[in-house]
Amino acid sequence: MSSITTRDAPPGFSASEYMTCLTGIVWREGLRFLHQRERFVSALVRPLVWLFIFAAGFRQVLGISIIPPYETYILYEVFIAPGLMAMIQLFNGMQSSLSMVYDREMGNMRTLLVSPLPRGFLLFCKLLAGTAVSLLQVYAFLLIAWFWDITPPPIGYLTVLPALILSGLMLGSLGMLISSGIKQLESFAGVMNFVIFPMFFASSALYPLWRVQEGSPYLYYVCQANPFTHAVELIRFALYGQINWISLAVVAGCTIVFMIGAIYAYDPSRGLARRGPAGGEG
Amino acid sequence: MSRMWRVGLLSGLALTAAPAHAFVAYVSNEKSNTVSVIDTESWTVTKTIKVGQRPRGIDFTRDGKFVMVAVGDDDTIQMIDAKTQAVVDSLPSGPDPELFAQDAAGKILYVANENDNTVTVIDLEKRARLGDIQVGVEPEGMTISPDGKILINTSETTNMAHFIDTHSRQIVANVLVDARPRFAEFKHDSSELWVSSEIGGTVSVIDPGKHEVIGKVNFEIPGLRKEAIQPVGIGMTKDDKTAFVALGPANRIAVVDVATRKVTKYLLVGQRVWHMAFTPDEKYLLTTNGVSNDVSVIDVAAQKVIKTIQVGELPWGITIAP
Repeated sequence: MSSITTRDAPPGFSASEYMTCLTGIVWREGLRFLHQRERFVSALVRPLVWLFIFAAGFRQVLGISIIPPYETYILYEVFIAPGLMAMIQLFNGMQSSLSMVYDREMGNMRTLLVSPLPRGFLLFCKLLAGTAVSLLQVYAFLLIAWFWDITPPPIGYLTVLPALILSGLMLGSLGMLISSGIKQLESFAGVMNFVIFPMFFASSALYPLWRVQEGSPYLYYVCQANPFTHAVELIRFALYGQINWISLAVVAGCTIVFMIGAIYAYDPSRGLARRGPAGGEG
Repeated sequence: MSRMWRVGLLSGLALTAAPAHAFVAYVSNEKSNTVSVIDTESWTVTKTIKVGQRPRGIDFTRDGKFVMVAVGDDDTIQMIDAKTQAVVDSLPSGPDPELFAQDAAGKILYVANENDNTVTVIDLEKRARLGDIQVGVEPEGMTISPDGKILINTSETTNMAHFIDTHSRQIVANVLVDARPRFAEFKHDSSELWVSSEIGGTVSVIDPGKHEVIGKVNFEIPGLRKEAIQPVGIGMTKDDKTAFVALGPANRIAVVDVATRKVTKYLLVGQRVWHMAFTPDEKYLLTTNGVSNDVSVIDVAAQKVIKTIQVGELPWGITIAP
């Protein structure tokens, strides 16, 4: 362990060397994703169950007033589509963090971290790889949703891409930060209960915030403080060719904070990964 | 040669740069006693005109100079000058006028007086009352056949469509339809008359020659109670291929294939959608949504709701400058 931790990246790597590293990591993540067909299917089934079943049941119950970026009345399924896109990325971010715990347990992470390139860059590549995978999932979801009459303007498919990349990076780096503190795969269930569910439900993914405010002003503040809410809103506006500046600032800020946190946490000389005897790559 | 080329290019540019034609829509707001004026290019309310009590039926005169609006609680029809956008005159209707129809030449106006069981005939040029025609209880829906020979009036409580000869001003036939007929609309080729029944929840298709119901349009929206589906306003495209039916508290416009009389799509609009009007180029269809106090704009070709605009309280009728 000490052999890899003390090895700081020597200066002077060429851009092509960085690119080799980046493509290597993204490619591996892509291959892993493609080989795990169940993962792709389950990543799609989860939001589709919400869309086909949950939204169908609620479409008449929840009357929705006109809220930006929408310009007219919309059905409930149209409202929750951006929330489900963010949900895909949330699960994907957590899943890639799960795969990091797995890699650490299996010893594969050693191969990654032994690379002489800076640790921060390696983690960033891993994040980008995870985000790229989430993009595939989100666009597959959008394709199916199109047949379900969720038809944002054509330009929206393009303008939503930067928003998806940013929110993917934020949720990925959050997952990475969390994974640094998890020692065993079994602990991942806790992540579900303590991170994914609260983040998802206390957000604007399923209901507009004015509705939440009517029900409970406190919950409204919780939702407002939840970075996931801003990821959802950033995606929602971008899907209709608009920018929600507050959400953009929050998501960008959180991405930077989580990423720095993750890089710090994965530096075994300082970070959380060092804690306890079971720390490190197992 | 090069000059010609340049002229050609310039005129081409001028053609492409020509702005889309903007129209002006007038919406009667039943509760706020106003008429909202909407510009169809910016999709904003450009003016709110104070009118009499309870404005409902609204239509342009054929020359496009005036907007006539039936102000039921003032027992008259007011005329708004389209240029100055101010009320300038009124027409002598019976008590509680609701909807009206004018002949093709724009000379004669027929007004349904809801509380009087009569249809008033008005000379539009002289702005004088010519007489009354006795019809069923609570007359409402009014339309004239494209050839101008037959006036249709529907009576809400009698549940009938009355066929009135415009020449003799006599009822020549009565056709029983489903409960509470609200609105009547002819196909442009005169082959069919469509009558919406608010409580019956259907649109009856009537053969105007035989005076009998030859078919019905039924509506079904998954998850909605049958009682919530209350057809009112009807709009038919000029090619008679597609009809749009406002479904009241179902908050939806049904898109109906006229040939098969089947609903092909439901479009979500505001609450309690009542009446509608096409822009003259038939690019857009505007609907009045009474409870949510707004007007929804439908892209006719795409069959999609693209925008909803806030107007006054309880928007009821709508007309667009020819």
